[in-house]
Amino acid sequence: MSRITVTVDGTKYEEEVEPRLLLVHFLRDRLGRTGTPIGCDTSNCGACTVLMDGRSVKSCSVLAVQADGADILTIEGLAGSGGWHPMQRAFHEEHALQCGYCTPGMIMASIDLVQDNPDPSEEEIRSGLEGNLCRCTGYCNIVRAVRKGAQELGAAQ
Amino acid sequence: MIPATFEYVRPTTVEEAAQILRNAAGDDVKLLAGGQSLLPLLRLRLAYPAALIDIGRIDELRGVRDEPDHVYIAAMTTHDEVVKSAVVQEQCPLVALATAQVADPAVRHRGTFGGSMAHADPAGDLPAVALALDMTFVVLSADGTREIPAAEFFVDYLETALEPGEILLGAKVPKLGPGWGFHYEKFHRTAQAWAIVGVAAAVKRDNGTISEGRIALTNMGTVPVRAFAAERRLPGVPITNGYGELREAVSVAAEGTDPPTDLHGRPDYRRHLAVVLTERAVRQAAV
Repeated sequence: MSRITVTVDGTKYEEEVEPRLLLVHFLRDRLGRTGTPIGCDTSNCGACTVLMDGRSVKSCSVLAVQADGADILTIEGLAGSGGWHPMQRAFHEEHALQCGYCTPGMIMASIDLVQDNPDPSEEEIRSGLEGNLCRCTGYCNIVRAVRKGAQELGAAQ
Repeated sequence: MIPATFEYVRPTTVEEAAQILRNAAGDDVKLLAGGQSLLPLLRLRLAYPAALIDIGRIDELRGVRDEPDHVYIAAMTTHDEVVKSAVVQEQCPLVALATAQVADPAVRHRGTFGGSMAHADPAGDLPAVALALDMTFVVLSADGTREIPAAEFFVDYLETALEPGEILLGAKVPKLGPGWGFHYEKFHRTAQAWAIVGVAAAVKRDNGTISEGRIALTNMGTVPVRAFAAERRLPGVPITNGYGELREAVSVAAEGTDPPTDLHGRPDYRRHLAVVLTERAVRQAAV
């Protein structure tokens, strides 16, 4: 067992974990933060994307021990006292989801994308989200939502 | 799936990592870099080492250095850091171009330059770039450091010239000087998928013609391969929009290759692709 200290959505946790425990299992099973789903379990789909020290990672491809000392932001930590995060609101308003399974990962990956590129083109959004799969084929609305979310994030700054 | 159990250690210096590796001689230990290839293998239980030595946080193994005749890329520099490095973009743009096509952004945030090289997947994008640019790998062995040219580094499927107990420290990327253009052409079925075939091209231009070219192929055998036959025909080929002479020159791009069969294609299809993609890559590099 290894002792790790991880901050998740602003709360600091100190836990004993087995080295083989994946970050996504740590978040879901240990901390009860089931907002981050497990999709493919093969690193393909991106449903389990979270931000680790500010950058998107697939939490099925990170060991909890590798996250020792890190600051993790999940979909559950996005909304503040002022309501939804602008990217969450944009996904809602642009109907960027059908079944919703890919949505937490899509939103986290989109937030990562607009950090680097505050005004992404459609092409840049499509390549920026290449690691996130939507099997309802809702990509057109997802692209629209990311553009809208990016504009609102830009306007808010 | 959940990986089989393993011990985990996280040394903070290369020396400490090397010591642990030496002490573990005979045991089944693996170095863990960014984990973007190893963790899926562990999850699928295609690998079950007794212990992982996590070298992903060793500071001295990270970063890019601009040296007089080469760029040094330390092994644990992430793909994302490589792509964004101004030194890499200016001095060895082929590395930046190919690295930007590795997997997807989230994987590039974790996956590392050295991890990719040491994993030596024949469908990985970076080994062909190492070959095309004649990189030299710097390795820590029991009795100091040694250097391995890229042409001798990739030995077989997922196998490199690294000996048990050795640690890849980084790679020297020679600076080619003025007049060179670069391109990495990757053919894959879906956005983040592995290359069915990839082509790394470096082309030196002189007065509207190609004076020298280097071509390395991804996934055309168990290791990346240089397309020497096509390279020999490149000098003197005019850089035009026409297709005649360049097409003729690269028609031998697949010579000497032994491409695999898998669900994406048979060897003859891959040989065809290698020719088509080489033409595209050389043309892009030359303009």
